[in-house]
Amino acid sequence: MSTVAPPALTAHEEAMLAGDEGPATALCMRLVVGVARANGAERLVEVESAHGDGCLYHGVAGLEFTERLVELGGRVRVRTTLNVGSLDLLHPGMVRADADLAGKGRRLMDAHVALGCEPTWSCAPYQTGHRPAAGSHVAWAESNAIAFVNSVLGARTDRYGDFLDLAAAVTGRVPFAGLHRSEARRAELVLDLSPVSRNLLDHDAAWPALGALLGERAGTRVAALTGLPGDLTDGGRTEDRLKALGATAASAGGVALFHVVGVTPEAPTLDAVVRPGARAVRVTNADLRAARDRLNTVTEGGLDAVSLGTPHFSVAEFAQLAAELADGPPFADSVAVYVSTSRGVLEQARELGYAQAVERAGGRILTDTCTYVTPVLDPRARTVMTNSGKWAWYAPANLGIDTVLGSLAECVASARSGRAVRDERVWA
Amino acid sequence: MNGSGPDRATREWTGRSLHQGTAAGTLLHLDAPLSFWGGVDSRGTVVDHHHPQHGVSLTGRVVAMPSGRGSSSSTAVLAELIRSRAAPAALLLADCDTILVIGALVAQEMYDIAMPIVELVPEQLPGLPDGAFAVVAAGGAPGPATVTLEER
Repeated sequence: MSTVAPPALTAHEEAMLAGDEGPATALCMRLVVGVARANGAERLVEVESAHGDGCLYHGVAGLEFTERLVELGGRVRVRTTLNVGSLDLLHPGMVRADADLAGKGRRLMDAHVALGCEPTWSCAPYQTGHRPAAGSHVAWAESNAIAFVNSVLGARTDRYGDFLDLAAAVTGRVPFAGLHRSEARRAELVLDLSPVSRNLLDHDAAWPALGALLGERAGTRVAALTGLPGDLTDGGRTEDRLKALGATAASAGGVALFHVVGVTPEAPTLDAVVRPGARAVRVTNADLRAARDRLNTVTEGGLDAVSLGTPHFSVAEFAQLAAELADGPPFADSVAVYVSTSRGVLEQARELGYAQAVERAGGRILTDTCTYVTPVLDPRARTVMTNSGKWAWYAPANLGIDTVLGSLAECVASARSGRAVRDERVWA
Repeated sequence: MNGSGPDRATREWTGRSLHQGTAAGTLLHLDAPLSFWGGVDSRGTVVDHHHPQHGVSLTGRVVAMPSGRGSSSSTAVLAELIRSRAAPAALLLADCDTILVIGALVAQEMYDIAMPIVELVPEQLPGLPDGAFAVVAAGGAPGPATVTLEER
């Protein structure tokens, strides 16, 4: 029997654990070390930044934990952005929060700011200036943000959740385990997309469909995707496709890292990322269509609402939406159209006139939160169309509604006509 | 069988503690990974429409599942379930899901309630029969933990 359980701590880390840097740091270090004991990490690793997901109200426990850290004098020691909260602080009328949610949701958001976190309130911090360098160690929470920072930016985070994100930010440490280690970042599964028609890959709904398929096939394993087009310097198109892919894969499976060979930073070639003996699976149009179909609970009929922007809309997505809306008719009166985004992106979208184009068509812009995590939609809404695989995955359970997945252009056409309009030919 | 004989077989499994605690309850074997956030409501019921055990209550059960899935907010949902006494009695996992471990660690720090989490080897999970009565004893992580089954 070993006498001391890992992890081995540095003198500084031992001092933090002993309370030399205050009781909040000691509490946070107990959590970091507790996780390291569970996952077998031999040591801790310093992180350069954090993204916290604990600011969405899930109940008293999260609020009491965060306020305890504030009372104990806690302060983050690395740059820490924040995920969505339960409220839209810029547009207070948008969320139909009862007094309990409004009060406790706001206290929770305030407590995070009191710890020194940045009030970004976005699940896409990577599109409002928080872009860690490839190879750097970070502690990010929120499953889409984790998938993006690992896969598209090539920084290294394991899957962190509420509490450990803050504990990592306060201590500047995480267990050296999981996706922080190079060997864990190699692909155990290869999906070959070369049989899929280029025409279908130009249809933006193909990417959440691919995410659903990846999540189902990979579970929590790392996968490499071959035969996909893309260029991360193309002004945002590829980045937003991979954002949609990763968000859906993280929801439908537990995907925290995927490699797109020839596109993402760690995967110049398949050989660079694949584990010897990894199984390769060919993916066809029919596979993608079946995965897309599993994201719908209905396929046609009247619509009550359209929800865009999960994860939060980027400036490039606003530009695409504004182009779709140009000179066309407004949305049908019977369809409420929501675009969720960050306050940082909204500021740019307003300067560029994109936000005004959405509002002229009758759309409503939501910031700081999202339509599937807090009460925004009319409670009478029954059928909602979305371009987001993540939204389609969670909303039926969260909101008790039916969903239809479509491309951005199909969402716009459907919002105008009042009925779900989709082009099925592209999936043949 | 006359009902009074030695018709109950007791079996003991040894695993690795991911979080300390002792618990007993009826075993619930989940057939697919489950995300607590978006998948379990505040009363401890599975509400994930994609999950084969939609509608089943986790409260007080010794829940065996292959792994967690999806949202990292599951930590806060689990901690809140523990605080409000609607959580499973224990979790038996086929791999170390740190998302769930953190929820248990915070509930221990904040409310002094210890919900054991045990890692078993994946081959052991199919041998855990739904409905058996299970007693779970886990020391401090990463030490040994035992799961004792009474099949009825």
